[in-house]
Amino acid sequence: MQLSLGPVLYNWAPERWRDFYFRIADEAPVDVVSVGEIVCSKRSPFFADHLPDVIERLQGAGKQVLLGSLILVSLRRERRQIGELCAADDVLVEVNDLTCLKSLKGRPHAIGPFVNIYNETCAAYHVREGAARICLPPELPLSSVAVIAAALPDTVVEIFAFGRVPLAISARCYHARLHKLSKDNCRFVCEQDPDGLALKTLDQQDFLTINGVQTLSHACTSLVGEIETLREAGVGSLRLSPQDCDMVEIAKTFRDVLDGRSSAEAASGRLSGLYPGVAFANGFVRGKPGFSYA
Amino acid sequence: MELICPAGTPSALRSAIDAGADAVYCGFNDETNARNFPGLNFSRDELRKGIAFAHSRGARILVAINTFPRAASVALWQRAADDAVDAGADALIVADIGLMDYVARRHPTQRLHVSVQAAAANPDAIAFYVESFGARRVVLPRVLSVAEIAEITREVSCETEVFVFGGLCVMAEGRCSLSSYAAGKSPNMQGVCSPASHVAYEETAQGTTSRLGGFTINRFAPQEAAGYPTLCKGRFSTAHGDGYIFEDPVSLDATMLLKGLRSAGVAALKIEGRQRGRAYIESVVRHFRRALDTLEDGNEADIVSLKPFTEGQASTLGAYRKTWR
Repeated sequence: MQLSLGPVLYNWAPERWRDFYFRIADEAPVDVVSVGEIVCSKRSPFFADHLPDVIERLQGAGKQVLLGSLILVSLRRERRQIGELCAADDVLVEVNDLTCLKSLKGRPHAIGPFVNIYNETCAAYHVREGAARICLPPELPLSSVAVIAAALPDTVVEIFAFGRVPLAISARCYHARLHKLSKDNCRFVCEQDPDGLALKTLDQQDFLTINGVQTLSHACTSLVGEIETLREAGVGSLRLSPQDCDMVEIAKTFRDVLDGRSSAEAASGRLSGLYPGVAFANGFVRGKPGFSYA
Repeated sequence: MELICPAGTPSALRSAIDAGADAVYCGFNDETNARNFPGLNFSRDELRKGIAFAHSRGARILVAINTFPRAASVALWQRAADDAVDAGADALIVADIGLMDYVARRHPTQRLHVSVQAAAANPDAIAFYVESFGARRVVLPRVLSVAEIAEITREVSCETEVFVFGGLCVMAEGRCSLSSYAAGKSPNMQGVCSPASHVAYEETAQGTTSRLGGFTINRFAPQEAAGYPTLCKGRFSTAHGDGYIFEDPVSLDATMLLKGLRSAGVAALKIEGRQRGRAYIESVVRHFRRALDTLEDGNEADIVSLKPFTEGQASTLGAYRKTWR
């Protein structure tokens, strides 16, 4: 089973972003790393200068690098950006919106968790069109994951295994709205919240997380206790989504369970210590409300 | 421009056509459509009769098969498509790529529309659907301004359809798992959002609290009207203040933009609300029929109040004016 690291979803300071990936390259036992700004096209220029160095360092460390595409593409400049991304032939593009397929169709690519693949027929279509690996939508129950994986024996099927779950994308920026700013003049206030902005119910119950145009769960998915079941279901890769915590240690914790060096129970306790104060969830994969944990 | 109206029941279908709909969209009474509510939608026989009625009146029926098929049950969705084609549907509205591929191969002459749930938000994504499956029309997401709609319509080789009235998704349609996170059922998988089965109201001294899946979605003062707890339209709390963090509880009403939409080259206007009753259908359809006829006669659309039919009795031009950009 592979371990993969999803792209950083939050607006981190560029140097911090670069150093994060340098350390991942040097120390994290992950096989695949997906990089690139996929949430907000306004943030991309900040990382552009560091991106080549990050890719080189990751590839030099033997990681497979994927370049993630923007989740919601509407502006002309965003379409241009997608066009340039899909023209690259040295790195595999991770498709997060079907906009990419107009040009990538028939060429090898990866599919990210933001493309709607809910069944084996749809998954098979994408494989015919060149999908070499598919990260399934986080809300899929294990019963569906198993059917899809069984239908695609030659494709790496990945599921979202750690991190706050991306739940929705919007044209509107909620960080800007909360700060009473317009989207075009947002002053990049999302950078104040490197782990997202907590949204609670009026009863002060933890609920969701705001990240600019994206809404994520408050609870952190942890499937470290499901690894055996996932393996049996044919899952070939576990995705870890970067949070504001020690992701190298998170990756090592998962790797230890995969390699049989640690029990799921011990690993689960370790994860709580590495990402304290955030509830864990595994409801989606169990066919229950996503926030629940068993 | 074609006026496309919702119908959740055979009587709503007849009302919509009587009130001036050019076309009616509806779905089967199962999880294959995105308004899978108890007591709503059409049996095979009802659809067949509905199509016969519509065709006798010169109207068209578009069948929505626009949830994402469940793994290992894809045949249920394929059969829905086969049955709709067999019943004489004028178009199928589809969201899942696997199902579009099936329809394009199995029923190559059948008119295929890309559902709003497929989230085709720009000309390149739309071109993918047109080139891959021969889609003839795309229903545009409710995140675009009129200028953007005009630009897309100019650039694509299929027709465009836009929503002009009704409930408004705050998030990009077909890409939202908020409901399944809180309540275990989602628009994409089960065809429901913020399901009534998971809703609870609690009366306290401070007023009414509405909950979804145990999460408080809103609280209303004693004299305030308590709305349905649709997750993204609730009041929440953050370090920067409490309130409607995502969107105020308003409905879309684009009556004032009809002329602009016509200039943009839009082929069809859609009214949301297959779950709504006959009174809603009759009034809203009649309103838009009159507005469109007035426009055709070269006059400005007259504004009649649709307030009683809007959520929270308030309406918005939605993203069409993008005041927040």
